[in-house]
Amino acid sequence: MTRTVQFNFKFAIKTVAACAILAGAGASFSQAKVAKTAAGPQGGQTVRIAFMDPLSGPFASTGQNQLKSWQFAAERFSGSKNAAGVKFEVVGFDNKGSPQESLNTLKTAIDQGFRYVTQGNGSGAALAILDAVAKHNERNPGKELVYLNYAAVDPALTNEKCDYWHFRLDADTTMKMEALTAFMKDQPKVKKVYLINQNYSHGQQVSRYFKEDIARKRPDVQIVGDDLHPIGQVKDFAPYVAKIKQSGADTIVTGNWSADLTLLVKALNDAGLKLPMYTYYAGVTGTPTVLAAGGDSEVYAIAYGHSNHPGDLGALGADFKKKFNDDFYTYAIYNAFNLLGGAMEKAKSTDPVKVAAALEGLSVKSFAGEVTMRKSDHQLQQSMFVTKWQKADKKYPYSVENTGYGFVPIKQMDAYVASTPTSCQMKRPA
Amino acid sequence: MEFYTISLLNGISYGLLLFMLSSGLTLIFSMMGVLNFAHASFYMVGAYFAYTITSVIGFWPALLTAPLLVGLLGAAFERYCLRRVHKFGHVPELLITFGLSYIILELVQLVWGRSSVDYRVPVALDGPLFTLFGTQFPLYRAFMMLVALLMLLAIWLLLTRTRIGLVIQAALTHPDIVESLGHNVPRVFMLVFGGGCALAGLAGVIGGNAYITEPSMAFSVGGVVFVVVVVGGMGSLAGAFVASLLIGILQTFAVAVDASLMSALQVLGVTLTPSTFGYALWKLKLSQVAPILPYLFLVLILIFRPKGLLGKREG
Repeated sequence: MTRTVQFNFKFAIKTVAACAILAGAGASFSQAKVAKTAAGPQGGQTVRIAFMDPLSGPFASTGQNQLKSWQFAAERFSGSKNAAGVKFEVVGFDNKGSPQESLNTLKTAIDQGFRYVTQGNGSGAALAILDAVAKHNERNPGKELVYLNYAAVDPALTNEKCDYWHFRLDADTTMKMEALTAFMKDQPKVKKVYLINQNYSHGQQVSRYFKEDIARKRPDVQIVGDDLHPIGQVKDFAPYVAKIKQSGADTIVTGNWSADLTLLVKALNDAGLKLPMYTYYAGVTGTPTVLAAGGDSEVYAIAYGHSNHPGDLGALGADFKKKFNDDFYTYAIYNAFNLLGGAMEKAKSTDPVKVAAALEGLSVKSFAGEVTMRKSDHQLQQSMFVTKWQKADKKYPYSVENTGYGFVPIKQMDAYVASTPTSCQMKRPA
Repeated sequence: MEFYTISLLNGISYGLLLFMLSSGLTLIFSMMGVLNFAHASFYMVGAYFAYTITSVIGFWPALLTAPLLVGLLGAAFERYCLRRVHKFGHVPELLITFGLSYIILELVQLVWGRSSVDYRVPVALDGPLFTLFGTQFPLYRAFMMLVALLMLLAIWLLLTRTRIGLVIQAALTHPDIVESLGHNVPRVFMLVFGGGCALAGLAGVIGGNAYITEPSMAFSVGGVVFVVVVVGGMGSLAGAFVASLLIGILQTFAVAVDASLMSALQVLGVTLTPSTFGYALWKLKLSQVAPILPYLFLVLILIFRPKGLLGKREG
């Protein structure tokens, strides 16, 4: 173990140094540009956001895509495109997906003067950041940070562990499961369900809430398997597929993402086992390509967005694809900038303290109706979609990863359907 | 029955891939006494080379050229780096390969990026080979098994039935005499090291598209490769073969077993509740710990049979 620790440490120093140089260069560059833009109440001000997610390791493909997405959207939403007229700038930090490493990158970001932090991949890292931000803000009045969580879905973050400085833009696992089971209960062929998930908070919760929700909505559904495997460790999913086959399951439910979902789908294809699969993250980098290689298969994804939105978001996705030949699938970023712009206009400031206060209860227009940042727990209330993987056609032309397939919305649910109560007792600064 | 057959096939094919990975390491260790920490890195380089070559001239030429290139790299490393530190003993040798593994990792990330690359199974090998009890057995898995077996056969023939093989074996135990007979012993070592690396490269070509080609692929197999070599017996090719099959099958079947210590105790009439001390440990299912079983195996082997399954302890 010492071997890894030492290496990580050395590597961290290197990464931090590289980031520092990059960020420093970015900062001086942005300052030079400040004078030129002036529109909206806070026109001319630059809001710098520190993005921290895995940019190396098994989940790098996801993190890299999301960093590009944040930076691309930041450019688009800068200036007159947001209510406050500020310029947004996003700088990436590699937290390697680890809570420990996140604390280091957070510290670096604070040292470099960032006041807005965003992170999403992995609730472990999210909890660490939430906690560190809360402590920092308490100890350093006048230097507060706001933490925008765009994808970590552990319910604890807006329940027992909730914090005033944390705002969640994704829907948490309970909300997604509420929506997913609301859809599944009307599917008569769902009778025997196999659960396969990563063995960490997210995967365990997917399994737990699915069992709770389905027992309530469709008590006749049998759970024929409930597997938890180590996250990012399994190379060969063939044994799991053999087990699924053996169990006689007619449906798979999984919260797996990135390599863990890709390899699972690969193994399912290899074995020729075509079962309807209900997923959280089938749209994430790498998975669509493997899905398409398996031909027509019945895959659903539960999410707060899909690849065929018309309007602004659709155009943003299309331009993103043109520029990077990659898909824009982190739609929460769209809401992030609208919410930030709205809050900054409302607060007439870019000061995180005022912006955090303005974000509470704020409603803005989104790509699918209105979204509201619930005041009681800082969980964004938004409508949910069940989407289905199918061939791109005239109505839904977007082809994910140039596969000729895309995710098509088959059911949209209003925010109240997926809304779940909170146990959060928010402590607000005096 | 159905399940056992499929799982056995899965286990054997995974085991054979492990063997492909570890045979080169075993070879180098038994011939040169060098524990090559960078072995898994050569596996990764093989996969990336194959990815690039495939996109230019196709998979089949890549199957041949990528391992050769990796072998050349390995030989060059032996010639210009390893040979220099050889005289200082085993620890510096180990350290230099350790350093090399990090250099390779960083270089790969600089050249091919930090995320995975789209290295696919060739169309000719895509699809099922046969269907057994309604489950398809992929053609590519069979291909992997075939290559591994051919490799085993080729190494065995080379070492026992050819002149160069005899020289290599002799150079291991009596380098001075072999040298005085007019053979260039350092060159033999270079050949062995390059050959071992080429084998790792070949495993990369085959394994890279079966799984995912990404910078962390070396790290993720690095551990288990050492387990195979230690369990099989340091330097024993046959041992490595047995150990990789054993580990492959063990891991595959462990995934299928949902029993835990708690359920075992239940049979004995002891019921545990979430309030019992250490409940999290008791309720762990065997399927959940399957991926760490090889390491458990490693520890047990080192305690109870330190020379490995088929290893001979050096006097």
